[in-house]
Amino acid sequence: MSEKKLSVRLNCPMPKLDFDVITLGHGSGGLLTHRLLDAGVFKLLENKYLNEQHDGAFLNLDGQVAYTTDSFVISPVFFPGGNIGELAVNGTVNDLAMCGAIPQFLSLGFILEEGLKMEELWEIIVGIRHAAANAGVEIVTGDTKVVEKGKGDQLFINTTGIGKVHPEAEINLNRIKPGDKIIVSGEVARHGIAIMSVREGLEFETDILSDSTHLNYIVKKLLDELGKQVHFLRDPTRGGVATTLNEVAARANVGIELEQTSIPIDARVEGACEMLGLDPLYVANEGIFLAIFSADVADKAVEILRSDEKGKKAEIIGTISTEHPGKVVLRSSIGGRRVVNMLPGEQLPRIC
Amino acid sequence: MKYLSEYRNPELVQEYLAELRKLVTRPWTIMEICGGQTHSLVKNGIMDMLPQEITMVHGPGCPVCVTPLGIIDEAIYLAEKEGVILCSFGDMIRVPGSEKSLLEAKAAGADVRILYSPLEALKVAHDNPGKEVVFFAVGFETTAPANALSVVQAREMGIRNYSILASHVLVPPAMEAILSDPENKIDAFLAAGHVCTIMGVEEYIPVVDKYEVPIVVTGFEPVDLLQGILMAVTQLEKGEAKLENQYVRVVKREGNRLAKDTIREVFKVADRDWRGIGTIPVSGYEVGENYAEYDARKKFKLNLAPVGENSECIAGEILKGMKKPFECPNFGTKCKPEHPLGAPMVSSEGACAAYYHFAGVS
Repeated sequence: MSEKKLSVRLNCPMPKLDFDVITLGHGSGGLLTHRLLDAGVFKLLENKYLNEQHDGAFLNLDGQVAYTTDSFVISPVFFPGGNIGELAVNGTVNDLAMCGAIPQFLSLGFILEEGLKMEELWEIIVGIRHAAANAGVEIVTGDTKVVEKGKGDQLFINTTGIGKVHPEAEINLNRIKPGDKIIVSGEVARHGIAIMSVREGLEFETDILSDSTHLNYIVKKLLDELGKQVHFLRDPTRGGVATTLNEVAARANVGIELEQTSIPIDARVEGACEMLGLDPLYVANEGIFLAIFSADVADKAVEILRSDEKGKKAEIIGTISTEHPGKVVLRSSIGGRRVVNMLPGEQLPRIC
Repeated sequence: MKYLSEYRNPELVQEYLAELRKLVTRPWTIMEICGGQTHSLVKNGIMDMLPQEITMVHGPGCPVCVTPLGIIDEAIYLAEKEGVILCSFGDMIRVPGSEKSLLEAKAAGADVRILYSPLEALKVAHDNPGKEVVFFAVGFETTAPANALSVVQAREMGIRNYSILASHVLVPPAMEAILSDPENKIDAFLAAGHVCTIMGVEEYIPVVDKYEVPIVVTGFEPVDLLQGILMAVTQLEKGEAKLENQYVRVVKREGNRLAKDTIREVFKVADRDWRGIGTIPVSGYEVGENYAEYDARKKFKLNLAPVGENSECIAGEILKGMKKPFECPNFGTKCKPEHPLGAPMVSSEGACAAYYHFAGVS
């Protein structure tokens, strides 16, 4: 293993280790586990909570808190625009933000597969460090387990997060009212297409990058300025915009009207979707969110979003209606209408 | 998205619709052959925009829908065989066979891989010399050249652990089968643009002449479809029956010679079972004697007992345009995309799935 090459790649001090790959011993709780944690996790993610090296973290929280958990099993673990570590931080940060909370503390659980390259693990932990620093959250507790080769897919990560709810936030499905406007904060389908472009058997050449990022600051900005006028927030990750809006329509028992021509999409992503036979409305996102506002502040909300780098492409894409409760209806670019259903199973590429 | 956006122009769409409304004087039933056309009609909400007099019927041009149970069972049998990697186009893997789907076989441990091209499967074979790789070669004339090419290349590269499970079907015999049914209600056809890109248009002339039915070779974008429908209705209103080509920017009269030669080199025409329709003479391709060692049926000596269709599924009547999906008692109740009784509910190109997704707007 060449330290010189790695230090260039990682931009961080490379700990001396005896193994190039993860072995079952690294999950034994013994010396190897300690070496792995001391040299790697504790050092790279250092903060006063982790320095305690206790079984758990002592936190001071008052008022209402939001609490969420998410597991990350993405394949491949490195993809254009990020890696599983960044995704694991951003995903949980964003779930807290969608609750109207200010994310503060994260736990970090690794399930490593025997044989995972040490070099790749460090790169992922560096990704976690960057993502946590960017989002302003601290990793305060964690766990590492190792499973036998063949019983995992390189590594799985679980993160759990806690954040204080913004004093002005009141995000709830029951606040969605007919006439409300639906806003998307950016271009759809980037993450899913970036992943698809490197998945075995489906690879194609493209410069599309995942949109994976933290959304807590832009959401805070919205809440600071519009407070309770923000009725609902949700990030359309798995299943994409179509699935998220179907959930909203069903649970809030409202109809949703979407305008296809208003939905922002990068021309390269749209082209890839055409080529692959995928509907971009069902493709996963990791760096955008859907927000529902009363109609009178929707334009203002778009203005606030567009003033932020992460919301530059924000658009009003639809309206909440009293018609066809439980259903999402799209007005196509040529003026026809169709129901946008919940995805039955995985979105499968079509033959022709 | 140049070359696509022009054919999605809302103003042009409105112009064609206005012309159609002016022209049409009585009810007409038009069948679009290709599942890709069905998908586009549904995705763009076009059926809702057409004048009431025009009924679109979804034809048998969805390869997923017409692949018989027996062949799906063969694919599942191969996938579950020790040492076999079965590669397939995506939407085939959810189609129920007589007991399960490829997706369920995969969940139970079979090595099933979703690919976009048989040439990718060839790569899988190259990279896994200890395994047998089978490509589930489904489709109409459109996918036949690439499937044939994979076999030609396998031989050239000396790859011996590769074979295809051919399940190719041909459009013109299926049109004849529909037209020769006295109960059929089809006044005109939109022929499948992609199929004609490969095969050309000449094989449709005898069909037009024999059955006096207008056939318009049509593309897939909204403007293509509306122009194709307009051309068909113009003929019908004038009492004409001709072969016309709307998709001139892509389809040449003689088709793609190189692709046709590759098909001829590898495949031979054979009788074929169509799901829901039954056996249609000379309506499919199977691997010819020259390439017998790449024929999965021969390589694995497939000889599964024939299986009957699910009696609750009326796919045959749907695919022949005799019934609409919502006329089926199981539509949307016992049969849904997540639990399909038959293939037309599986693929987004399938007539039943198309209607299911469309239901509830109008």
